[in-house]
Order: sequence, then C-alpha cells, then structure tokens
Amino acid sequence: MSENGIAVEVKDLRRTFGSFVAVDDISLRVEKGEIFGFLGPNGAGKSTTIRMLCGLLSPTSGGGSVAGFDILRESESIKKSIGYMSQRFSLYDDLTIEENINFFSGIYNVPRQKRAERKDWILSISGLHERKEELTRNLPTGFKQRLALGCAVLHDPSILFLDEPTSGVDPMSRRNFWKLIYDMAGRGTTVFVTTHYMDEADYCGRLALIYRGRIIAEGTPAVLRHRFMKQDVLEIPVDRPVEALEALEKEGIESSIFGSTLHVVVEDADAAVPRIERILSAGSIKAGKIEKILPSLEDVFVSLIESS
Amino acid sequence: MSMLRVKAIAKKEFIQVGRDPFSLLMAFLMPVMLLVIFGYAITLDVNNIRTVVYDQDKSAESRELISRFRDSGYFTIEAYLQDQRDIDRKLDSGEAFAAIWVPNDFSKKLQTRIDSPVQIILDGSDSNTATIAQGYILAITEQFNAKFGGVRVAPRVDARIRVWYNTELRSRNFIVPGLIAVIMSVIVALLTSLTIAREWERGTMEQLISTPVKTRELILGKLIPYFVIGLIDTLVAIGMSVFVFDVALRGSIVLLIALSSVFLFGSLSFGILISIVAKSQVLASQMAMIGTFLPAFLLSGFMFAISNMPKPLQVLTYAIPARYFVSIVKSIFLKGSTLALIGVEALLLVVYAVAVFVVANRKLVKRIM
Repeated sequence: MSENGIAVEVKDLRRTFGSFVAVDDISLRVEKGEIFGFLGPNGAGKSTTIRMLCGLLSPTSGGGSVAGFDILRESESIKKSIGYMSQRFSLYDDLTIEENINFFSGIYNVPRQKRAERKDWILSISGLHERKEELTRNLPTGFKQRLALGCAVLHDPSILFLDEPTSGVDPMSRRNFWKLIYDMAGRGTTVFVTTHYMDEADYCGRLALIYRGRIIAEGTPAVLRHRFMKQDVLEIPVDRPVEALEALEKEGIESSIFGSTLHVVVEDADAAVPRIERILSAGSIKAGKIEKILPSLEDVFVSLIESS
Repeated sequence: MSMLRVKAIAKKEFIQVGRDPFSLLMAFLMPVMLLVIFGYAITLDVNNIRTVVYDQDKSAESRELISRFRDSGYFTIEAYLQDQRDIDRKLDSGEAFAAIWVPNDFSKKLQTRIDSPVQIILDGSDSNTATIAQGYILAITEQFNAKFGGVRVAPRVDARIRVWYNTELRSRNFIVPGLIAVIMSVIVALLTSLTIAREWERGTMEQLISTPVKTRELILGKLIPYFVIGLIDTLVAIGMSVFVFDVALRGSIVLLIALSSVFLFGSLSFGILISIVAKSQVLASQMAMIGTFLPAFLLSGFMFAISNMPKPLQVLTYAIPARYFVSIVKSIFLKGSTLALIGVEALLLVVYAVAVFVVANRKLVKRIM
C-alpha cells in the first residue's frame, strides 16, 4: 500500500470496444479507508472501470495505480492486495459452501493456522454454519452474495472491489450486506463499490456519478445534493400521478413519479407553485400540499443527465 | 509456483468431475464401450460367409468340393438350391454372400482330366470381404486340385510363409493396442477441453483471474485429476486387451505406462489449450473432436495403414502425435519392443507434450480480453 494514503488513483482511463467508448477518460482518486461509491445506470461503464482497476482488463489508454501498484504493469501485484466480487455470482455452484471456502483459502494461500478461523468467520457472517455441507447452487441469492463477499476477503485485502454486490437481492439482505461492508471499512479496508441503486448511495462516504462512460459529478452525498442541484425540487402528492405528469409535461414542466407523489424540478419554487396548482386544477387532479424538499440523489442524477 | 494453490485447484477439479455424471460417463464408461465395440464388432477377419450351393452334378466329387468349403470354417452352407434362378434371388436379398454352382458335367470333366469349371459368385458390394473370400476360394480349390487334379506339377517356388508378431493374423491383435492410443487421446482431450471453457462460461473464471493464482498453477492443477483419470483408463484398457481380448503383452508394462503418461500429458495439455482458445464448451468439444478424434482415428495408423495412404496424407500423419503413440503401443504389445527400438517415437512424444504445455501456458492470459 502506498504510504501517502491513496488506495486508488487513475488518470484519463479509457476503454473502447470497437467504436464503442465504454469508459471515457475517467480520472478518480480514492483515499485509504474510504467507502467509495460508483453510481450509474446499467451500461454506464461501471464494470469496465472496476475490471480495469482490478487488472482484469487492459485500458485502451490512460493509467494509474491501485494499492500503490501500476495498473498496466503490476496487475499481478495488485491482485495480491485486493478482493474482487464480480457482478455475476462467481463461486462454484457444484461445490459445497465449505468446499468453496477451502478452495479460495488455497488460492489465496491463507496460512494453515488461520484457515479454520477465517472459515468460521465467513460461515458466521453469511449465517451458513448449519448449511456448510450443502451445494452452493441451492442457496438463496442473499446468502450467495455474503458467501461470495467472504471468499473475496479471505486474505484480508487492503482494498475491496464490489461490482453491483446487491443486485437482485431483497432489501433486508441488502441492508445486512451493507452492514458487513461497514464493518470492513471500520477495520481499515478501502471499499470501492458500484451500484445502480440510488438509495444505496447514501451508504457511501464519497460518490462518483458515472453516465455514458464519464464521471459527471463527484463528492460526498451531501455535497452532491447541494452543489449540483441548483434548482429546487418540489414534491406534490396527487391522486392520479400519471395524468398529473402528462398534464405538466404538456406545459413544459418536467417531473417524475415517486410512488403517489410527483417530483418536479423548477428554477424558482415561489414562482412555480401557483402555476403548477393552476395546471393541476385545470385537469381536475386532486393535489395535496406542494412542498420544497431536499433533493434525493436520484433527482440530482436525473437533473445532471438532462443538463449534460 | 505454489504447490498449495495447485493442490487446491486439483482438489476442486476432482470434486467437480466426481459430481458431474457426464464427465464420469465420459471418463469411465466411454473407454470401455469403445473397447468393446471395436474389439468385438470391428473385425477385419472374414468368417462364416453365408453360402448357397447349386449342385447339378450331385456326384461324390462335387460333394467333396463342397464339404471342403464347409470344413474350412470360412464358409457356412445356408441352403442347397434346386433352381438356378434361386441364386439370383438369394444374392439379391442378401441371404447369401456367395454362391457355388457346380455344373452337371463336373465330375465327368474331372475324370477326363480336362478343365472342369465351377462358378462361384460373390457379392462384391462389400469389396473387402469379397477380396478376402476370393483368397480363401483359391486356396480351397488349389487343395482340391492337388487331390483330384491331373498331372501334378511341382510348383517352382515353394513359399513357406511365417507370420511374425501376430502369428494368427487376428485383426483384433492389431486393432486393440492401437485402440488404447485412440481412446486416450480422445477421451482425455474431450474431458479437459471443457474445463477452462466451463469456467469462462459460468463466470467463475473472472473470480479466478482476480486472484494471485498463476496460469501455470491453474493449468497444472487442472491437469492432475484428468491425468489420474487417463492413467486409470489406460490401465483398464491394457487390462481388457490382455484379459478380455487375449492380446498378449509381450513388452514391458512399465515402459508402456511410462510412455502412456508422456502421451497423456501431451493430450491433456492439448485439451487445455483448446479450452483456453475456445472459451465456450460447445466450441471446445467440437474442436476437440476435430482436433483429436478424427486424426487419431483416421491418420494414426490405428486401423488404416499409413503406407496405403496417398502421399500428402502420409506427410500429414507426421504431425499427429497419436501416430507415434499408436506405433509405440503396437510395438510394445506385439513385438515386445524395448525403449531402444522406439526411442525416436518416444522422444517426439516428449517434445510434443512439452511444446503444447508451454503454448497453453502462453495462451492463458489472466485478462478478460
């Protein structure tokens, strides 16, 4: 690990597949011990970036270092210091839980005297003590996820890369999973995590929003909410959200549906409220009290994408 | 190189093969099946040729001639016909492969010592059998002539033929040992060709290449279980050859196993190489079929003599490792050859095995693209 406290630093990282630019000159820096979130929709270039950082994919141009090692020339050294959990479940389906753990213990050269203790730890974080002799194939997704995480950190890596670790997992398991990530960060592990769940972004210490291969915003969740959101966000409870959205759209006001409410992004709340009320009552849509709210990261994201 | 990692991979691979019914069938049932099919069914020997007889003469001499055919063991008399037209019918329907037609003046001509023709009709649609049958017929009539023929002319050349190595000229003696070579190259390459492709397909490779595992540890770890399987197959095949098919093993079994191991290592590496290049199981198994089965089967000299092939194909056979192994196995089995006699072939196998292993190591890159 580099002594200057930087876990990941890359500059102008670029990767193309034919004429498609998957990652477009990304530069970023992650401090030691941070939980760094990489947030963006599917296909934005998150996995491609994380694979380049882990030394699994060569960048087309640009470079940088991970754990103090050069990503172009020292990818095998990087692999000793990192744990990686890919988007697809990548343990062996036809091995039992215990056999998977043993296998990765061997692969990571975990010292013999520590093996039993590490295995015990994984079984307890994944809650699989009683099921360790079952085939991994038969586990529910949430358990698989935690087992995969355990196997990826068997060797106590200094940086942990997680590519969409919670996709397809139920909310309860997601929360448990994040608790584990917090534990690890608490013990000094740097966590680099990608997600397309906006609500998970708040778990991260710092975030980069990635869209079409580019980082469009970066900062703590709070900074992103305030600095990148110049406009106001209004929340309007309505009885018929779809029709309300259409009515506003006809008048040139962009909005999006959040359950039974609409979020409307406006330049100036005071001027906009009376106008919105007029439009809605003209369409005989019942609306509750219009309130100015703190923008969610999703609002920030939508607004950034529209302005880019 | 960490032996701990090699061990972990080998162990995992053992467990996976053990849980995969398809691999188990391929590993243990296929070789036995191939041996049984080829050892019993494909025989180039011709016996029990179904024969019908149309004897118009019905004399002591004609009966003597026919009984010579029957007693030779090569011909089985299926029926005695009463009508000449039945010959056509029997041959057309395939009920008979050969027909012997003795004309009514057969014995008379024989006694007057002039040429006494007998017509023998063969079904030429199976040319191989027909050619062999022709040889038998000539030999039988020759003997018959010696007894009944007119002036006995002493033959000018008295050839006393002795066949070495396969005294009984049983085709099984030469097919079965060669088959061991074919089975090993095919089964082993087919099995291993799936191993790395399967990891790519299931996404487990991505996890694996994110770890510090080295490519040679990965390849070696994957080779070990299949090497053990291949060795078991070899022993089973040798055992079956000797005890089931009665093919005597004249040479040293230690030498045979040692050279089999070398060949196994080469075939396994080749399977791994295919797996690395193909990245998908379907493509890998097809490549393994085309890359090992066909050459090992057709061009190794296992069944079809290389010296009978057209020149360009003969040249091609030098590039096929199974060719050297087939000749090694046959030599050890039938001739009892020692290493000194098959040194060149053995050396070529070593070179091939090492070369393919090195290439496979180079080709396996721990990158996604």
